[in-house]
Amino acid sequence: MVITQEFRKKLVTLALIGPAGLWLFVFLVLPFIAILVFAFGKRAPEGGYQAAFTIEQFANLGSRAAAFVNTLMLAPAGAIACLLIAYPVAYYLAVKAHPRHRLLLVSLVVVPFWTSLLVRTYAWMYLLGARGIPHLLELIGIENVRLINTPGAVLLGIVYGYLPLMIMPIYVSLEKLDRRLLEASADLGARPVSTFFGITVPLSLPGVMTGMALVTILLLGEYLIPQLLGGGKVFFIGNALVDLFLQSRNWPFGSAIAVTLVAVVVVVLMVAMRIAWRFAGTRQVDLV
Amino acid sequence: MSKKHHENAPITARQLTDEFMRLKKGSVSRRHFLGVTGLGLAAAVMSRFPGAGAFNSAAYAAEDLGTQLSIATWPNYHDPATFENFKAATGVAVEVNVFGSNEEMLAKIQAGASGWSLFVPTNYTISTYQKLGLIEELDLSKIPNFSQESQNARFTDQGKIDGKTYALPKNWGTTGFAVNTSKVKSPIKTWKDFFDLAQTEADGRAMVHDYQLTTIGSALVALGYDFNSIKADELAKAEELLIKVKPHLFAINSDYQPSMRSTDAWMTMCWTNDGAQLNRDMPEIAYILGTDGGEIWTDYYAIPKDAPNKAAGYALLNYLMDPANAVKEHIANGAPTTDSRVIALLPAEITGNKIVYPDEAALTPLEFGAAVTLTDPGRAELMARFKSA
Repeated sequence: MVITQEFRKKLVTLALIGPAGLWLFVFLVLPFIAILVFAFGKRAPEGGYQAAFTIEQFANLGSRAAAFVNTLMLAPAGAIACLLIAYPVAYYLAVKAHPRHRLLLVSLVVVPFWTSLLVRTYAWMYLLGARGIPHLLELIGIENVRLINTPGAVLLGIVYGYLPLMIMPIYVSLEKLDRRLLEASADLGARPVSTFFGITVPLSLPGVMTGMALVTILLLGEYLIPQLLGGGKVFFIGNALVDLFLQSRNWPFGSAIAVTLVAVVVVVLMVAMRIAWRFAGTRQVDLV
Repeated sequence: MSKKHHENAPITARQLTDEFMRLKKGSVSRRHFLGVTGLGLAAAVMSRFPGAGAFNSAAYAAEDLGTQLSIATWPNYHDPATFENFKAATGVAVEVNVFGSNEEMLAKIQAGASGWSLFVPTNYTISTYQKLGLIEELDLSKIPNFSQESQNARFTDQGKIDGKTYALPKNWGTTGFAVNTSKVKSPIKTWKDFFDLAQTEADGRAMVHDYQLTTIGSALVALGYDFNSIKADELAKAEELLIKVKPHLFAINSDYQPSMRSTDAWMTMCWTNDGAQLNRDMPEIAYILGTDGGEIWTDYYAIPKDAPNKAAGYALLNYLMDPANAVKEHIANGAPTTDSRVIALLPAEITGNKIVYPDEAALTPLEFGAAVTLTDPGRAELMARFKSA
């Protein structure tokens, strides 16, 4: 049998995308189909799933409005807070830092990832708990300050946890920046501030948009940080989902919320792309 | 065997250093050093020394127990030494999973392949597990250490369905509240007081369980209704109260010991055993039973039908039913026993502890949880709405 050129090409393609494709099919597409089927079912009397075809679950989404609102407020707020802190850091790393120190400094950004987010979030529980910062405040006469289990603690945890994910893409886009453009801008008489806003910021937008999309999408599914630093009171969609599957055992309603969350993420992603394209003109923008 | 509870506690770094210095000076023997520091046991476990302890008996050798089993239980609920000793005796390492509610346990088992070979459900859930076919009748011939005669029937009859035994009692207990009396000065006697103070003196410092039975039940009791009510109008009132209280709460979490110990929280819904542990270490924390009602409960050991290591599950259950082992569990955990053989071994300071063994009059207003609350969609959805509000 003669193996034609074309057949060989197909074989290579299959070998390249086959494993990942199979993985995604088995662990993403099939479960998603199951979730979709569950979403139109009913809760069995003892909990779990009972076959049915009803839109009852979607009609009940309003009862989790608070969780949706919390998530849709805190996810972008967390992403913006990350951006405000990350941009100067990335700018310093890419433009100002001495090249000899750059590698060390960039690896310091990544070092926290060597420890699990769970462990680092637990550390925050102790820092913010009564034996931590509030205890130090007591020593200087400020008594009974409560930091843990507040929306502020959740936001702090989010910014802390996701900051490296924002710094890295911005750093990469600033590092690629062609320095000659900055020199040209200065030669043509632009002040540093207008060079920054006229050249640096627009050229780093792809990195900014990647970071924003990455952090926002991950935050939309966040569960751990609100649970640990919000004391189970600051409720995200992720927490509502865990509750429905692991406490009230209302799988159909949980599935309906999961489907809705996926739809929300898709919409957020599309809007983010639109904005990115508008800012960056017609150039292709890598988002995730 | 001496029964002072601190003998079960792991040795501190300070004590270890002291003992080591005494060993170096020659004032204690090497054997004593290994014994008090626990290093002897650790060495025995690691080397699987044949005949290292009295446990290495033929009883465990008869059946292949494997090397690992998983147990699902509650936070701060066992003496860690129990599982270490079991491992030393049988070679089976015990992986402990802790849960915040029975609903969470049921959800995990219902989803299938929980991986547990033993778990600790509460009285009111056993009939549902049996009905759903998730647990099996226990083979009592594999648990010779269990003695029906020495059990107190008041706390143990819910483990039996139609005369068949599905679960054996671990201990009983109550659900009251723990209050840090150096922070909260107002008198507190009832669940009504609890919810009132949570919004006033203990604003931002009170915790409720992440658990429908006790959180909804206590709110119902505070309003003068039945702890187990599933009546829509009463549940609506309870929801109103809980949602009104929520902004004032410190947290909704069943693992409240860390927050009470750090004094982040001043007041919490609390189970007997946690109350006894908190009060033992911090005497300013009082454990109080609501005079208007509340819960009395028994936790059981049961074996899931799909247990991956049933032989080891039975072996651990039998080990725990041995009064000599059970007594250490009760001293460490602080919950009252259902077994008169264990009571006989407990030191007087424990049997005389009013947190652990309250007067009969304090128990009168309390109720056992009802099976219907576990599966009632109204209560499940109320809890979820309260948390997401």
